[in-house]
Amino acid sequence: MANKTITSRTVVLPSNDIDTDQIIPARYLTTTTREGLGDGLFRDLRFDSDNKPIEDFPLNTPDAIGAEVLVAGNNFGCGSSREHAPWALLDYGIRVVISTEIADIFRNNSLKNGLLPVIVDAGTHRWLIDNPGAEISVDIAATTLTLPNGKSVSYPIDAFARFCLLEGTDQLGYLQSNLDAIERFEEQRSWTP
Amino acid sequence: MSARTLFDKIWDQHVVVPETEDTPAVFYIDLHLIHEVTTPQAFSMLRDKGLPVRRPDLTLATMDHSTPTTPVKTIKDLEIVGPNAQAQILQMEKNCRDFGIDLLGFDSDSRGIVHVIGPELGATQPGKTIVCGDSHTSTHGAFGAFAFGIGTTEIGHVLATQCLLQRKPKTLAVNVDGELPDGVTAKDLILAIIGQIGVNGGTGHVIEYRGSAIEKLSMEARMTICNMSIEAGARAGMIAPDETTFDYLQGRPRSPSGTDWDEAVTRWRALRGDDGAHFDKEVTIDASGLQPMVTFGTNPGMVVGINEPVPDTANDANFDKALRYMQVDAGKPLLDKAVDIVFVGSCTNSRLSDLELTASILKGNKVADGVRMLIVPGSQQVKRQAEAAGLDKIFTDAGAEWRESGCSMCLGMNGDTVPSGQLSVSTSNRNFEGRQGIGARTVLASPATAAAAAIAGRIVDPRVFLRSPV
Repeated sequence: MANKTITSRTVVLPSNDIDTDQIIPARYLTTTTREGLGDGLFRDLRFDSDNKPIEDFPLNTPDAIGAEVLVAGNNFGCGSSREHAPWALLDYGIRVVISTEIADIFRNNSLKNGLLPVIVDAGTHRWLIDNPGAEISVDIAATTLTLPNGKSVSYPIDAFARFCLLEGTDQLGYLQSNLDAIERFEEQRSWTP
Repeated sequence: MSARTLFDKIWDQHVVVPETEDTPAVFYIDLHLIHEVTTPQAFSMLRDKGLPVRRPDLTLATMDHSTPTTPVKTIKDLEIVGPNAQAQILQMEKNCRDFGIDLLGFDSDSRGIVHVIGPELGATQPGKTIVCGDSHTSTHGAFGAFAFGIGTTEIGHVLATQCLLQRKPKTLAVNVDGELPDGVTAKDLILAIIGQIGVNGGTGHVIEYRGSAIEKLSMEARMTICNMSIEAGARAGMIAPDETTFDYLQGRPRSPSGTDWDEAVTRWRALRGDDGAHFDKEVTIDASGLQPMVTFGTNPGMVVGINEPVPDTANDANFDKALRYMQVDAGKPLLDKAVDIVFVGSCTNSRLSDLELTASILKGNKVADGVRMLIVPGSQQVKRQAEAAGLDKIFTDAGAEWRESGCSMCLGMNGDTVPSGQLSVSTSNRNFEGRQGIGARTVLASPATAAAAAIAGRIVDPRVFLRSPV
């Protein structure tokens, strides 16, 4: 059974509409494996053209070391379907992403890899944006996020995705358990593609 | 049964196991398009688990993202893209060979951008469910298919089972009435729609584009519209199939033929939303009031008419950051802004009609001094058709570069990039920071606006150059 609660300081990227090209630029997509992509995470925001770290970028500040929760501006993860985006975040050490809205494909890809997308209300989001480095807890079983003052807010998550995260269930295994139904569907449909 | 939308009908036809509160639906996929960039890890998973590809006959492979746009005759010609992209391309060949999948590779006349060749070959058809590890899979919705982008884990699911686990999305009707004015294209229309509903306006929804302005569009124009549905955050975009759709598909290599064709058309005619079918959201836009559109910021929703000023929104940090990156002033139109690069291509605007429009403006003109113009056809077939019509001669006479097919400068994976700080007018779909190259500044526009910018060396209203297609 997976760890049910993640407790960590936050690192905050306040920009809205952070897209997958910013999360990991396309030039890192020529790989044939999923390892080591943390190197490309927010590459062009973390490093300047001489490959020197940009000191005031939030992930480069000393407070960000070890932070497992990323709080981002509205509408995080829009753009391409590259699963390299959650792979890069996980490889870097991020396990939870919080925003007011998270793009569909990025959210799906995240849940398939154990990166938890958390949607919060505007008020909670404002507080998290304004208080970088706050220590918070995210409980997957209870689907709640607890702020340092003890206040808990619940967040939405698909029941099946939550079950898979908690039990470590392989979704492909679940699909394969339906192979009889898939074969029947193929035999019985009125037209074939 | 209650009134259903086009989307509802396709959804219902593909549910293998219905969804419950606890479990998503097991959902059948009719066509799986694959390319070299998002599949290697999925094939590795199959190898690790000792699984075959369940339906190679429903899987169509090509190479487009990291491929060179210069000719590839020997393996040496691949070196231009660098060792990693080269390894990825070779791995794709091996994966398709090992798992028995037809690959439209460098030796194929049918190679091209995955969203251009699916329709071109007639593999894309009304009523199908189509997926690909690429967000612009929404393109295929132009045929009345339910088509959407997936990640690599889900690619593995489809390769192994031909199914996905899905929750039924919501629906959004985008009604477009009126007639597009002369010189205003499908690209301008979809940019205007995204400007109106926002880059997250479609999140969680499937868009159906409807109305008189949509019905009048050609298939290629409809593909441009559906292509950018994802830029509004939508899961997919679709248009009900009609005579325009059937005329396009008839006689294509993978279209049904003979009595199968008649049967298919009968089935396809039923793929229209019922009267009174419910949409979760609805918006309406009047096409007749539109002008050519250009983006001014760093997402496709930051867009204005070419003669309109960039909005002035005081104290919006995100907005100001985007304008600073783009070196654009609030309160002024983009007109007269100096241009460094012009790119005509991508799954949004690289089909024959896009190239014809580009040529109609370039003919007899020269690309301005100091401007680089790159024209990349969507497929090898589009390339041959353009060359048969003499378009390549018009392009090269004007001083533009004419290339082999591929995704190219849309995302700059193959070495075709915009240098830092340069301004690119691009017919592609994303103006994200750094998308076309580190520090690249991208203005999204139609092929007409792109061609006009190439000649003028600055952003101009393309309608001053308009004449009938060559």
